[in-house]
Amino acid sequence: MVHYAVTRLISLTLSLVAASLVIFLVVEVIPGDPAAYMLGLNASPEAVDALRDALGLNGSLPERYLSWASGMLRGDFGTSYTYRVPVADLVAQRLWVSVPLAIYALTVSTLIALPVGMLAAARRGRAVDYGIIGATQLGIAVPNFWFAMLLVVLLAITWPVFPAGGFPGWDAGAWQAIKALTLPAVALALPQASILARVMRSALIETLGQDYIRTARAKGLSEGEALRNHGLRNAMIPVLTIIGLQFSFLLAGAIIIEKVFFLPGLGLLIFQGITQRDLVVVESVVMLLVFAVILVTFLVDLAYAAVDPRLRHGR
Amino acid sequence: MISLEDVSLDIGGTPILRDVSFGIEAGQILGLVGESGSGKSMTALSVMRLLPLEAALSGRIMLDGRDLAMLSERQMCAVRGAEVGMIFQEPMTALNPVQTIGDQVAETLLVHGAASRSEAGKIARQRLTRVGLGPERFPLDRYPHELSGGQRQRVCIALAIALRPKLLIADEPTTALDVTTQAQILDLIVELVREEGMGCLFITHDLAVVAQMVDRVAVMRRGEIVEHGETRDVLRAMRHPYTRALLEASRHRPDRRMHAGGDTLLDVREAVRDYPLKRRRLFGPRPQVRAVDGVSFRLMRGESLGLVGESGCGKSTLTRAILGLEALQGGEIRLDGAPVSPDMPASLRRRMQVVFQDPYGSFNPRHRVSRLLAEPFHLTGRPADMEARIVEALESVGLDGEVRQRYPHEFSGGQRQRIAIARALVTRPELIVLDEAVSALDVSIRAQILDLLADLQARYGLTYLFISHDLTVVRAITDRVLVMRAGRIVEAGATEAVFAAPSHAYTKALLAAAPVLPASHAASAEPGGQPPGAPRDIF
Repeated sequence: MVHYAVTRLISLTLSLVAASLVIFLVVEVIPGDPAAYMLGLNASPEAVDALRDALGLNGSLPERYLSWASGMLRGDFGTSYTYRVPVADLVAQRLWVSVPLAIYALTVSTLIALPVGMLAAARRGRAVDYGIIGATQLGIAVPNFWFAMLLVVLLAITWPVFPAGGFPGWDAGAWQAIKALTLPAVALALPQASILARVMRSALIETLGQDYIRTARAKGLSEGEALRNHGLRNAMIPVLTIIGLQFSFLLAGAIIIEKVFFLPGLGLLIFQGITQRDLVVVESVVMLLVFAVILVTFLVDLAYAAVDPRLRHGR
Repeated sequence: MISLEDVSLDIGGTPILRDVSFGIEAGQILGLVGESGSGKSMTALSVMRLLPLEAALSGRIMLDGRDLAMLSERQMCAVRGAEVGMIFQEPMTALNPVQTIGDQVAETLLVHGAASRSEAGKIARQRLTRVGLGPERFPLDRYPHELSGGQRQRVCIALAIALRPKLLIADEPTTALDVTTQAQILDLIVELVREEGMGCLFITHDLAVVAQMVDRVAVMRRGEIVEHGETRDVLRAMRHPYTRALLEASRHRPDRRMHAGGDTLLDVREAVRDYPLKRRRLFGPRPQVRAVDGVSFRLMRGESLGLVGESGCGKSTLTRAILGLEALQGGEIRLDGAPVSPDMPASLRRRMQVVFQDPYGSFNPRHRVSRLLAEPFHLTGRPADMEARIVEALESVGLDGEVRQRYPHEFSGGQRQRIAIARALVTRPELIVLDEAVSALDVSIRAQILDLLADLQARYGLTYLFISHDLTVVRAITDRVLVMRAGRIVEAGATEAVFAAPSHAYTKALLAAAPVLPASHAASAEPGGQPPGAPRDIF
């Protein structure tokens, strides 16, 4: 198990280094001078030079990479050109919105999807199953911003249970913050839950065709017991894969929902960074997202090993 | 104790079983024999009532005065595992890979509320020890993937007999196992049945296994029992022509001329094949396993050479090296003097072809037969008369040239194997490697394919390397035989001589483990009165 974890960790760290090189080089190979590009056409040469200095663009390529990377390791992401504040502070603020939102949405989605997927698998080929297939199809097809607006109309305007938008910050009290995140989380969770329920259903149905389910039935387990005791854990591998992918997506992919609910999240930050040509912000946030994806992948790998002894023992 | 009375089964309107009746006493083994699709497994699943939803079952299945056919699903759950235990063909997949063997055996007790959790663990321990998996080497927290096929089948037996059922159903329990493992598992089943006084329904396609271990036998064909009685009587008298045909086919030896000797076609010298394993520790050296360890032999033109050995002995690895699919780490392989390696020229590759066990797995299901057969031509370039060559190859294996427009799923297993042979023939090779080529076939079909192979060899002067774990088949079709164990050839010689008087201890063990039809049965099978008739006519 330790061997497995360490091997995975090393290979993921190497991926992280490779990704940082790619991100760094992409910014480097953008034609022309990033400083001039950021300042636009009418910038004075002095301003461009000052920015080059601030960006650390003077120096050889390996030197610049090392100072960028080591700064990142120390938590120094550079200074945002448009906001004039350290990118680290900017990102930290946004993380306090985006990470809780992603976790919230993923929890809601998983809590809905797993039981629904199980129910569909247990009743496969019957009316309940077809109902669930239809509902999840709808859940995938409906755009989440439309569903978000629907939620606002119903639960913020007609029955004002939740706020229609904005984020009071965690200082205003955890309850207020959670309330503000509820509608966005539900709106984000709907399509995710639909996908996850379908994966759960098909993974379970596949395990039901396996020989060990027949063995379990021959022991005297009912169909439901065989599904719970033997099917579920074997079906978890594909489900965990999808959950991992969804978390990474939710972290930065919530931009439209952030827009609908006026949430100061990572998605909006990167969007603004791009439109304002703030390469320092873009570079840092992309790097951070890569790190998040790799971290989640590692956690999912550990979860695989917890589920499947064949991975623990390194086969 | 258990008796089936006029059991019939329909699945979706298709009749599967018709008026099946037999009885099994406590401590007795009934063998149910027949070819694939005859309804053997469906009979077992009818007793277990583990049938598809659209199945319609009629008749009576009496177990100690209770009709299982009349029980509700909930009542059947109480019967399964407690009164009737069942083991299946594929031990590799029959256990849940993510649960320990202890938990899986204990579950039988827990699900029937027969023991508390700690007691169930103790009983599981006891039952596993009983089937030969002692506590030192096989603690309860072992996982299935840490066990071999034979050991997994023992776990399956332990969980099936954990509650000492009255009836044990064994559905081809040893078909997927090596002969020596098979012999051990068969011994274990017989011992358990006698000791615990269980009845046993033993399903198999192998008449030799039946002759060796069952008390009574029922021969099944197309959902009906055609003959039923004491094993000795049935095998001796063979009243029913089907029984006779089955026996004849399983002992079938094609009519072939033994090979006299020619020049060397394939020359394997000191071949060594190493595999790197996974690193045990980070940055540590990768351990190597030597799968083929200094193997040398010659194959003469026109000869038929058998290569036998149990799974894991290295015969598949050696085969891949001979086919030039993988490089050797030592020694050399030459085909007609030219070195064989992964980057050998296509003109050399053309001269040897291979036929595998499962033709369905080696055909792309979306290609027509004509395209499947044209594939080897990438080695030679497409000849102008390609269509004619394809038709010729199909006709030489006894198929109509017109079938080239069809898809693989439209054929039976035997026909597909004929197509696979046709594909091997289409480039007019000299050497054909037959890798377990008849192992998945029913005895009657197997007999036909063996005849076909003998006929093709005589007609085209082919050389065969015949790889199999089935000793009967190797004996029937080869001139010489190599016995392989742990990467080495332990015995080599003329087939008849090796089979009649094996010199190496391993060969002796292998031959002793293989079930054979007793000679007395074979003798009485000879046509004293009427000829047995070709199997082809009977099916």
